Amino acid sequence: MNRKIADRIATITFVGLSMIIVAILLYLFAYIIMNGFSKISWDFLTSPSSNILAGSGIRDQLFNSFYILILTLIISVPLGVLGGIYMAQYAKPGKLTNFIRSCIEMLSSLPSIVIGMFGLLVFVNTTGWGYTIFGGALTIAIFNIPVMVRTCEDAIRSVPRELKEASLALGITQWHTVKTVLLPSAFPGILTGVILSAGRIFGEAAALLYTAGLSTPRLDYTNWNPFADNSPLNIFRPAETLAVHIWSINTQGLIPDVTEKAAGASAVLVISVLIFNLLARWIGSMYYKKMTATK
Amino acid sequence: METNVLTKSELIFSVNDLNLWYGETYALKNINMEIEKNKVTAIIGPSGCGKSTFVKTLNLMVNTTPNVKISGEIMFRGENLITKKRDLVDLRKNIGMVFQKGNPFPQSIFDNVAFGPKIHGLRNKQEIEQLVEKSLKDVALWDEVKDRLKDPALGLSGGQQQRLCIARALATKPDVLLMDEPTSALDPISTAKIEDLIIQLKEKYTVVIVTHNMQQAARISDKTAFFLNGEVIEFDHTDNIFSTPNDKRTEDYISGRFG
Repeated sequence: MNRKIADRIATITFVGLSMIIVAILLYLFAYIIMNGFSKISWDFLTSPSSNILAGSGIRDQLFNSFYILILTLIISVPLGVLGGIYMAQYAKPGKLTNFIRSCIEMLSSLPSIVIGMFGLLVFVNTTGWGYTIFGGALTIAIFNIPVMVRTCEDAIRSVPRELKEASLALGITQWHTVKTVLLPSAFPGILTGVILSAGRIFGEAAALLYTAGLSTPRLDYTNWNPFADNSPLNIFRPAETLAVHIWSINTQGLIPDVTEKAAGASAVLVISVLIFNLLARWIGSMYYKKMTATK
Repeated sequence: METNVLTKSELIFSVNDLNLWYGETYALKNINMEIEKNKVTAIIGPSGCGKSTFVKTLNLMVNTTPNVKISGEIMFRGENLITKKRDLVDLRKNIGMVFQKGNPFPQSIFDNVAFGPKIHGLRNKQEIEQLVEKSLKDVALWDEVKDRLKDPALGLSGGQQQRLCIARALATKPDVLLMDEPTSALDPISTAKIEDLIIQLKEKYTVVIVTHNMQQAARISDKTAFFLNGEVIEFDHTDNIFSTPNDKRTEDYISGRFG
């Protein structure tokens, strides 16, 4: 009887805890989207922001966020995948590997504001670039690479050992096995990791405050020359992202409709992150089904 | 141990004083065995007796386990596999392996069979197609899959997957096929198909098969080795092992008194 009661209590506790998590998430989404969704309009997404006038938009911030995201992924995904392959397949168990693993874990758990300060010292001051998109992307990559390494290592390790054995037993070298057997099988896991960390990058503010800056030059979207000062593609221009914009208009905004704009921008941000997450699940499961022929 | 070699036949492996340790564990003790060409050699014994380790040593797959130490001699084509710094690619092309559970790659049926030859440098599309067809016919799978070669291999049944894996191993044109309990995860009908297949395969290949199932060893093998605690207790013609074993322990095992 006692054991039955204990079992009951355990079940109720776990169900209760997960309900709390779901409730918090739903409340947060509902709150942000109910407040912000009505503020989103085509005009809001496509007109530039303003420091003093009402009725401004988030065009440049939205573009900057995606641009920094893409640059960061271009830097961190290849390095992360290579690091993950090394940790999963080549690193011999021992003191050195444990040390590397601790470094990776510590790097990924450093507060992003601290990494932002480091970015300021190195990518802004030492290089003499000033506030740039590239500096911002490098800074975010610093704490995104260890996350990618970890994700890829886990994804590669979760490939059944039998597959690796099958390949080696055919006389296929380790590198070829990694390339043709392990990576394709680990692909859904790696992709999910990439897209989930894309959500984190998209919402990152602290590390970008001192690296990509709080302003965006007047951009001309018809100028595709990446070296021109007013080109959106220029990676050596300052760029305020959406998350930074939300912070800055809330703390130092002079526009009269600041609450509305902040709510609208937050809703855009949250919806984007939500889309990333759903996309990750969807693509991952599609690929998995195709690969394993399960219906 | 007694070996009554009545007919002199060509040897493919000659194993002399083979010892193997996993870290501190002494897994194979002074193994001496001669494996004949175009014969089926069965390895039987209770769990943990070293039979799987032994076949994995024959293509040096055992080296993928950390902390392995090997001493002794495995002569294959006039070379000692153990001391010689050998090209593993070449070795494993010549010594195919089939595992306990069918482990096709998450690719199409065709790509699974073509995988080895392609990576080993076969480029001609027509040759690849012929080789895939031949390999699938060799394992009697061709008629079942010829209309859906582009389908994912993981959609096949367990028995079909295992035959596909045998075809994949045959596609690199090996001399020897090592099989580590290839039917232990299969139903009786699939098992029977694979047993028939093994009997046919020995015309072209040498087969070394580890099995849990003594009836299987009796049905398909020419010679049988009985392993116990890392030692070869008895190695003889299969008929002799099952009718008149020399060692008391062999008799106990095959009559089901332990193991």
